[in-house]
Amino acid sequence: MSQQPTRILVVDDEPQIRRFLRASLGVHHYQIIEAATGEEGLTRAVADHPDLVILDLGLPDIDGTEVIRRLREWSKVPIIILSVRGRESDKIDALDRGADDYVTKPFGIGELLARIRAALRHQLQSETDQPLFRAGGLAVDLARRAVTVDDREIRLTPKEYELLRHLVIHAGKVLTHQYLLREVWGPTFMRETHYLRVYVGTLRQKIEPEPAQPRYILTEPGVGYRLRDADE
Amino acid sequence: MTMSSDTRPSPEALLATARHEGGGRLKIFLGAAPGVGKTYAMLGAAHNRQRQGVDLAIGIVETHGRPETIALVEGLEVITRKSIEHNGRKLDEMDIDAVIARSPALVIVDELAHTNAPGSRHRKRFLDVEELLAAGIDVYTTLNIQHLESLNDAVAQITGIRVRETVPDRIMERADEVELVDISVEDLLGRLRDGKVYLPDQAERAIGNYFRPGNLSALRQLALRHTAERVGDQMHTYMRAHAIPGPWPTQERLLVSIGPSPLSQRLVRAARRMADRRHAEWMAVYVETPRHYRLADADRERVARTLRLAEELGGEAITIPGEEIAEDLIRFARSRNVTEIVIGKSLRSRWFELLHGSVVGKLIRDSRDIDIYVVTGDEEESAIGTAPARRSPGRSPLLDDLLWSILGAGGAGAAAYILGSLISLPNLLMIFLVGVMASAVGRGLRASILASVLGVLIYDFFFVRPLLTFTIASLQDLLALAIFLLVAIIISNLTARIRDQAAAARRREERTAALYGLSRAIAGAVGLNRVLEAIVAQVGNDLRAKVAVLLPGAEGMTQRAVYPAGAGLNDQEQGAATWAWEHNQAAGRGTDTLPGKSWLYLPLRGSDGVAGVMAISPDTTDTIIPPDQRRLLEALADQAAVAIERARLAHDIERARLASERDRLQATLLSSISHDLRTPLASILGSVTTLRQKDTGLTEETRHDLLATIQEEAERLNRFVGNLLDITRLESGALRINREWVEISDVIGTALSRLVRQLEHHRLDIAVETGLPLLRLDFVLIEQVFVNLLDNAARYSPAGTTIGIHACRRDGSVEIDVTDQGQGVPPEDLERIFDKFYRVEHGDRQIAGTGLGLSICRGIVEEHDGTISAISPGHGGIGTIFRIIIPIDAESPVVERSEQ
Repeated sequence: MSQQPTRILVVDDEPQIRRFLRASLGVHHYQIIEAATGEEGLTRAVADHPDLVILDLGLPDIDGTEVIRRLREWSKVPIIILSVRGRESDKIDALDRGADDYVTKPFGIGELLARIRAALRHQLQSETDQPLFRAGGLAVDLARRAVTVDDREIRLTPKEYELLRHLVIHAGKVLTHQYLLREVWGPTFMRETHYLRVYVGTLRQKIEPEPAQPRYILTEPGVGYRLRDADE
Repeated sequence: MTMSSDTRPSPEALLATARHEGGGRLKIFLGAAPGVGKTYAMLGAAHNRQRQGVDLAIGIVETHGRPETIALVEGLEVITRKSIEHNGRKLDEMDIDAVIARSPALVIVDELAHTNAPGSRHRKRFLDVEELLAAGIDVYTTLNIQHLESLNDAVAQITGIRVRETVPDRIMERADEVELVDISVEDLLGRLRDGKVYLPDQAERAIGNYFRPGNLSALRQLALRHTAERVGDQMHTYMRAHAIPGPWPTQERLLVSIGPSPLSQRLVRAARRMADRRHAEWMAVYVETPRHYRLADADRERVARTLRLAEELGGEAITIPGEEIAEDLIRFARSRNVTEIVIGKSLRSRWFELLHGSVVGKLIRDSRDIDIYVVTGDEEESAIGTAPARRSPGRSPLLDDLLWSILGAGGAGAAAYILGSLISLPNLLMIFLVGVMASAVGRGLRASILASVLGVLIYDFFFVRPLLTFTIASLQDLLALAIFLLVAIIISNLTARIRDQAAAARRREERTAALYGLSRAIAGAVGLNRVLEAIVAQVGNDLRAKVAVLLPGAEGMTQRAVYPAGAGLNDQEQGAATWAWEHNQAAGRGTDTLPGKSWLYLPLRGSDGVAGVMAISPDTTDTIIPPDQRRLLEALADQAAVAIERARLAHDIERARLASERDRLQATLLSSISHDLRTPLASILGSVTTLRQKDTGLTEETRHDLLATIQEEAERLNRFVGNLLDITRLESGALRINREWVEISDVIGTALSRLVRQLEHHRLDIAVETGLPLLRLDFVLIEQVFVNLLDNAARYSPAGTTIGIHACRRDGSVEIDVTDQGQGVPPEDLERIFDKFYRVEHGDRQIAGTGLGLSICRGIVEEHDGTISAISPGHGGIGTIFRIIIPIDAESPVVERSEQ
C-alpha cells in the first residue's frame, strides 16, 4: 500500500485559521483542501473525497450542523468540529448529528492533532480490530475482558466494564452522556446522567492512581467523557 | 441695603397677578339691562384695537338684524360658527375649536351668560370663555348685571323675573377689566320705544314689568355699585401688590361660618372683603353635622362649591365634623386663634330655633373675646336657580314616611285594642310610644312625628270616652294625651338624632375606609405599574365602578391600567380624558364639560402639575354622580396622584443611580480593557516582530523564551476575553444555567486538569469527603468558578506553597474551601474583591489579573442559590480561604447498584 498523504478538508470562513491550519498540518504531512463556506465545503467533499473534515460551526452561509447532516447522508468521513466555549449544546447537537469530535477555540495544535489521529484511527479500526488497549499504566484486553492498572488486575462490575469498553473502543474520542447511557444502560436511561456520574466516579476510584485528578477518564464539561489516548 | 419686610409685596397678591399673566386677559362690558349698548360698545372697542394692529376675530356676535351692529361687524374677521342639531332644530354656536385653531390675540364673544345647545363641549358659554383664556387668548365679552349669580336673588326680587342663565361670580372676579356701559333710564326707555332693543321671545310677556323705570333704576344701581366695589378691591390689590404701606395688623384672624344656604357664597365674599380691609387671614368653615347627610344633593353640592369659592378667593376652606354648630365653631375658632367670626343671620323658622336653639344666639353667648359679625340675609332661604334636589327613583320620601307612621301608629292601635281588656287606659298610651319609636328608628324624624300625631288621634278616637269621636271629656285624658305628645316628640327627636348620627358615622367610616384602603394598597405596590394597578383595583372595588388611569405618553393620553380588565375607553372617550388633563379640570359624566360621556374624568393633581387622569364609570344608570361620591373620588384622585408621583420619582432616582453606576463602571471597564487587552498584545507583537527580524542571531534559548511569552500572553488574552464574555452574560441575564447531576470531585478534577501548567509550582492538597451527594449544577459554569479560584490562588501565593481544596458536607449543604498561603486579603477588602474590576492594591508590582474572576465566581455561585465568601487570614494565620456553600438538592438521586 503506497503511502498516500491523508487529505483533510478545512471548512472555515476565517482565512487566518485556514492559513494557520495549512501551515501547521502541512508540517505533519497532511494535505489540506480549503473551503470558506458550507456549500463550498460540501462540493469539495463530493469532488475530493477527503479523509477527514475539520468544520467550523459558525459558517456564513449554512449552519455547521446542516453541513454535518448533508455530509452524513452519503459519507462516513470523520468530522471534527471547531466551536467556542459556552456553546456546549451546539457541540452535543453536532456530535448527535454524526460529528466525531470537537475542539474548542482557541486551541493548541497539539490538541487538534490528537483529535485527528484518534478520529483517523477509528476509521481504520473497524477494519483492523485491535483487542488490546494501552495508555500509561492502564491496559484493557477486550478479548479477555481483562483490565489491569500497572499490571495489577482490576475487578469491575459488568456495567463498569461496559462503560470502560465503550471508552476504550473510542479511545481519544469524546463520547456524549447520551451515547454512553444508551449504549450501556439502554435507551430508557438516556436522561439519567447521574448513573453515569456515579459509575464514572467508581470506575475512577478503581483505575485512576489519583481519582481526584483523573489521568485516564477525562471529563468534557457539559458534553461527556473521553478516554485519554495512548499517544497523548 | 436693607429691605423692610412690610414694604415687600405680599406673595398672595403677586401670585394673583401672576396667575392672570399666564392666560389671556378678560374684559367684560357690563350693563344694567338689555339695550344699553354693550355689544355696540364692545365692537367699537374691537375696531379701536384692530386699528392698533391687534390680531382679532369675532367668535360670536348676535346682531339681531340691527343695522348699527351689522355695520360694526363689517371689517372684522368672523369665525364660522358650528351648527349643532338638537331635536330636529339647528342651533348655531361658537366653534371653540376653530377659535383655538385660529388663535387670534383677541376674540369677541357676545353674551357671556348664554347657555350652549346640548351636545356642545361646554354647557355654558362662560366655560368656553374660560377655556379660551386658558389657551392664552384675550376675550371681550358682554354681560348684564342680572346674570351675575350672587345678584340673582336680588334681581328676582326687584323685577319679579327669575333669571335662569347665571354666571358665577368667579368670572367677574377673574376679569382683568370691567367696563360699565351705562345710559340713563330715560334713554333706555326711549330706545325701547324706538324698537332698538332686542328681546328674546320669552321675555316679551314680562316686558311691561321688566322695563319699568323703577326696575331699571334698581338694576342700574346694582351695576354701578358692583363696579364701584370692584374698583375698590382693585385699588386694594394694587396697593398690596406694589407694597404701598398700610396698616398691616397680622394678629387678626377671621372665620366665616358657612352652611348649605345659597347666601353662604355672599357671606364668603363679604368675609373676604372684611378680611382684606383688615389685612387679616381668613377661613371658611363648614360644620358637618349629621344633618348634612339629610340635605338634598344640590345643597351639599352648594356647600362644596362655597368651600371651593373660599379657596379661590384666597381663604382657607375647612370642614369640621360636629354636633352643635355653635359649640364646635367656637372650639375650632379658639384652637386657631380666630379673632372674629362672621355668620349669616339665621334664616330658620322660630319653631326650629325654639327646638334647636339659635346658632347665632349661642355663638354670641359663648364667644367671650371673639367678635361676632352677623351679616344680614335679606332674602328667604331657597334653592332658587339651582336644580331641584335629586331623589332616588321610586316612591317619594314623604309617602314612605306616611306609610311608616301609619304602620307604627296603626300597629300600636291594634295592639292596644287587643290588650285593652288587660291594661288600664292611660297605660295603653305606652304602646303607642313603641309605635312612635319604631317609626323614628325605621324612617326618622318626620315619620315619628307623624306617628305621634296619628297615635294621639287613634287613641282619642278609639279609646277615650266618648268613643268614636275626637272629643275628650275628662281633663285627665287631655293631660295624658298632651304629655304623651310631648314625650313622643322628644323621643322622636332623640331617636332620629341617634339614627342620623349613626348614618353620618357610617358614611364617614366608609369614606375613611376607602381612603385607608387605597393608601394601604398603594403602600404595598412597588413600581409605577403596580401602583396604577393597585389604584384602579382598589377604587373600582370600593365604588363598584369601572376605573381606568391614563397617563400622558408620547402619543397623547394612554390608558395604563384599567379595572376590571378589558373595560377600556374608546377613542372618543380618550378625547375627554385629554381635555381633562390639558385643562386640569374634571370632565365627562356629571360635569359641565362633555357631560354626555359615560365616564367621569378627574385630573390627578400632584405637586408637580397634573400627573394624569383617572376615569371612573360607576355601574349605575344614573348619569349624575352624587357630590358626596364626587368628593370622595376627588380625595381618592389626590391620593392616587401623590402615589403616582412618588412612584415616578422613585423610578427616576433609581434610573439616575443606575446611570451613574453604569458611567462609573464604563470608565473602569474602558481603562481595564485598554490595559488588559493591550498589555498581552504588546508582548505578543513585540515577540513576534523580534522573531521575524532577519540576521539577529537569536539564540535558541531566546527564541524559546519569546515563543513561550507569545503563548502565555495569548492565553492570558483568551482568559480575559472569556471573563468579559462571562460577566456580560451574567449581567445581561443571557446566561443559561444548564443544570445536571454532578459530582463535585469531578468538577474539581476537571478544573485541575485545565490548570496543570499554572499549578505546576504549587503543592496541592485535595480532600473531598467520600459519599458526598450529587449536586444539580451547571458543570461548565461551576468548573469555571474553580478554575478562577485556583488560578487566583496560584497567582497570589508564592511558589512552593500549598493550595488546598476541601469539600465536605455541612448541614444541608456542601461546603468547599479553596485555600492558599499567599499574603491574604486586607479585612476591608474581603467584600470588595467580589466587585467588578476591583483589585487589591499590593503596593509592589500588581499581579496581572482581570479583576473580573471573583465577580464572575460570585455571579455563578449565586445563580446556583449558593454563596461564596472570602476569609482572611486563613488557616495558620496566613493566606485566604474562599468558601463556597451550595445547598444539597432534596431529591438527590439514588443510583441502584443491584448488579453486584
